[in-house]
Amino acid sequence: MPDTFKPRTAEEARDVVRWAMAEHEPLEIVGQASKRAIGRPVQAGHLLDMSGLAGIELYEPEELVLTALPGTPIAEIEAALAASNQELAFDPLDYGPLLGNPAGQGTLGGVIAANLAGSKRLKHGAARDHVLGMDAVSGRGEIFHSGGRVVKNVTGYDLPRALTGSWGTLAVATRITLKVLPRAQTEATFLLSGLGDAEAATTMTTAMGSSAEVSAAAHLPAAAAQDLAARGHALSGPATLLRLEGFGPSVDYRFERLRALLGAGRSVSRVEADASRALWRAVRDADAFVGTDDLVWRLSVAPTAGASVVAQLAGRFACKAFYDWSGGLVWLAVPGADARAEAIRAAIAACGGGHATLVRAPAPLRSSIPVFQPQPAPLAALAARLKEQFDPHGILNPGRMTAGH
Amino acid sequence: MSGIAMPKPDEAVLSRRGEIVRALKEMVPGEGVIDTDIGMRVYETDGFNAYRQMPMVVVLPETVEQVSAVLHYCHENGVKVVPRGAGTSLSGGALPLGDGVLMSMMKFNKVLDIDAANRAVVAQPGVTNLGITRAVEHLGFYYAPDPSSQIACSIGGNIAENSGGVHSLKYGLTTNNVLGLEMVLITGEVIRLGGKHLDSEGYDLLALMTGSEGLLGVVTEVTVRILQKPETARAALVGFPSSEAGGQCVAEIIGAGIIPGGMEMMDELAINFAEDFVNVGYPREAGALLIVELDGPEAEVDHLLAEVEAIARRNGATSLRVSTSEEERLAFWAGRKSAFPAVGRISPDYLCMDGTIPRRALPQVLARMRELSEKHGLRCANVFHAGDGNLHPLILYDANKPGELERAEDFGADILRLCVEVGGVLTGEHGVGIEKRDLMPVMFSEDDLKQQQRVKCAFDPKQLLNPGKVFPELHRCAELGRMHVSKGQLPFPDIPRF
Ligand SMILES: Cc1cc2nc3c(=O)[nH]c(=O)nc-3n(C[C@H](O)[C@H](O)[C@H](O)COP(=O)(O)OP(=O)(O)OC[C@H]3O[C@@H](n4cnc5c(N)ncnc54)[C@H](O)[C@@H]3O)c2cc1C
Repeated sequence: MPDTFKPRTAEEARDVVRWAMAEHEPLEIVGQASKRAIGRPVQAGHLLDMSGLAGIELYEPEELVLTALPGTPIAEIEAALAASNQELAFDPLDYGPLLGNPAGQGTLGGVIAANLAGSKRLKHGAARDHVLGMDAVSGRGEIFHSGGRVVKNVTGYDLPRALTGSWGTLAVATRITLKVLPRAQTEATFLLSGLGDAEAATTMTTAMGSSAEVSAAAHLPAAAAQDLAARGHALSGPATLLRLEGFGPSVDYRFERLRALLGAGRSVSRVEADASRALWRAVRDADAFVGTDDLVWRLSVAPTAGASVVAQLAGRFACKAFYDWSGGLVWLAVPGADARAEAIRAAIAACGGGHATLVRAPAPLRSSIPVFQPQPAPLAALAARLKEQFDPHGILNPGRMTAGH
Repeated sequence: MSGIAMPKPDEAVLSRRGEIVRALKEMVPGEGVIDTDIGMRVYETDGFNAYRQMPMVVVLPETVEQVSAVLHYCHENGVKVVPRGAGTSLSGGALPLGDGVLMSMMKFNKVLDIDAANRAVVAQPGVTNLGITRAVEHLGFYYAPDPSSQIACSIGGNIAENSGGVHSLKYGLTTNNVLGLEMVLITGEVIRLGGKHLDSEGYDLLALMTGSEGLLGVVTEVTVRILQKPETARAALVGFPSSEAGGQCVAEIIGAGIIPGGMEMMDELAINFAEDFVNVGYPREAGALLIVELDGPEAEVDHLLAEVEAIARRNGATSLRVSTSEEERLAFWAGRKSAFPAVGRISPDYLCMDGTIPRRALPQVLARMRELSEKHGLRCANVFHAGDGNLHPLILYDANKPGELERAEDFGADILRLCVEVGGVLTGEHGVGIEKRDLMPVMFSEDDLKQQQRVKCAFDPKQLLNPGKVFPELHRCAELGRMHVSKGQLPFPDIPRF
């Protein structure tokens, strides 16, 4: 009979890990388990439910820092920040609807363990760029502290960042300190209609290389735009979106800069603040692929390579794509039962490298093919040695990232 | 040599010196191996020049294959290696070991690829920080992290130290601007992390490498992000009666949602040293001087400068000038940028400390520093990155007076302990090196440090890369690997279970 342990303190979490070590009983770590359907299914008989370690411990808007326990709902953190006109600038995406769950779930621990970042990642970095400090329990049953709670710190190895994105396979976070940033006063989206994928890619990289300080750049080919139009967004035909955030006069000025730079002979429109926010939320959370049975991949490549990768793949099998991160993040929906993992990864390699993650698929498929990008042998061996140093008995989320660990 | 002890040289290795030098000369032909006293002398110290130590031999590889061959050889033969960039480290990171090979990466000096569309530059590690900006400025781009040493320090050294500068509040440290690396492990294996895409797959080894101070691997290529130069930049030069008032102004600027491109503060002593040196009209009577630079589109900069001005006046500014030309803006910065040489002119020697504090602790920390200055009988000038709480107290001393270096070091250690006590950290940008190595237990417990050292074991199990730096005690990896697993009962049977 599998147990679920729900510790209320870091020490209790440590004791559960010690027990698991002694019994050789692997643990699956969950916050609210909202992201359980991503990645490889964990081979563990027991759950370590971290949702009991919840609450914001420290929030100092003028210092730009926040410390919270890992089970704190991300929604609670976002609300607290919003009350001081601040935000998590890495813009964590909400996988809920895409994975068939309600929106607005998930914990801080889960967001950090998965290094979730949304459209603004392009300008502001990923979750890892905002993590300053972490306390955690290693797979050795020891509580350790790393990093700090000031924005500038190079004391010792950067374990907080290294633990971010490790999907709970190295240590169980028990306290997390983040850098937070002021929220933009307003925003608008510069919308170009009718571009093909390749032209959109060049347009986005030009915009990102201009002084217009674009904070996000996405392209929705016709099909994806239509899916969003069906959800109430004012789009028709292919849409290239450039997000401008900041002080009102600055947004207006930069909008005109973009018009001068990119608008000649093209159809330009402006999406105002509220509609702009809603549109970017839909892009960030891949709403275009919500409610279908397609398998969903996320590909990260150089911005100029995204459209080429998709062109290669579209020539071989049916698929739908749209682009975020100036073309560097490709969301790809593949109908049918074949995930096409090899073709996708070959196309990425042929276009300069990057990686692909299968983010939506039935569990049997996620156990049978590498969900995360396989690594070259010396790198994989190094990663395995690192896992060994944190979790020598392999009791934390075994199998989550790769079949071995 | 003063208080900090280095690992004792291994006599067995020293006795094999001839053989080791011969082997290295085969791997790195031509001028690539230096083994004469005179030739090695320039490598005996870095920017932390209170400490000196001659290396066993210096090697200057030119290709990745050579780096790989040398490291592989050292690994097989139990020889220590200290990587070195431009040698500007202020914490002794590149200080040689008497029984070790010093590997200078300065022949790796080419920019390999400028990719404006992907906003990325691929460069060899010996290219200087400013060299990256120079290579892309004709396209309107620049590389944001800007250590004051940027004209000299190497991008490889920046990675190893996770360097920052005036820009880091808004644009981040090195770690936020690196996209990829090629590196060689001590075994000689070559691995690549990341690239021009975002979020490299698997564990975030880029994060571990950045700031690892040459302990985990040798960087042979870097891919960094470049940014479009902001349209305009303007600065305000504001005098305050006290550092407290200046600190309050900084807090209010950030509280108002403004993140300046740079925000620097100097105390009275530093203001006067700088003004003596550059004569740009700093207000000598001010207790603190704040430079706030805003960058971005003109409309935005003008709008925000007006807000900054209002906030400054509210906080009792005694003088306020806003730059109206590029020359004036540069003049405002000239004093701040030359604060170190300015102090160097006043005092024969100085120690540049580097700790970070939560900004709100500033008044308390400055007051305590004044007390410490009296206690140790040494003067201390303060320049600091006001936006992010990174302090650079400059402790003035005279190395020729017996005992002064030791007193300066004790003073410095007291300041760093104070930083930790108020919730800050031992180093904000210069690294731990040998300088702060023995203070690590002030900030970290035994378990914290052991877990960090286990990371090193994954990369370098024989501990041959730059040992003696960063960690106060060298533990053998076998010892760090031991685990005590006792009984399988839950010590707290009342942990909720379902
Ligand atoms: C006047 C002055 C001002 C400074 N201002 C700043 C500042 O504003 N901000 C700041 O952050 N720092 C500053 N520094 C400190 C110093 O310049 C930085 O730490 C810089 O990054 C060191 O680069 P370097 O090439 O000189 O490295 P080195 O001093 O040669 O080495 C530093 C460390 O990096 C390692 N290393 C070097 N190259 C490699 C490589 N290729 N692979 C692996 N490891 C390597 C070395 O082993 C060593 O541990 C300043 C220094 C001076 C002298």
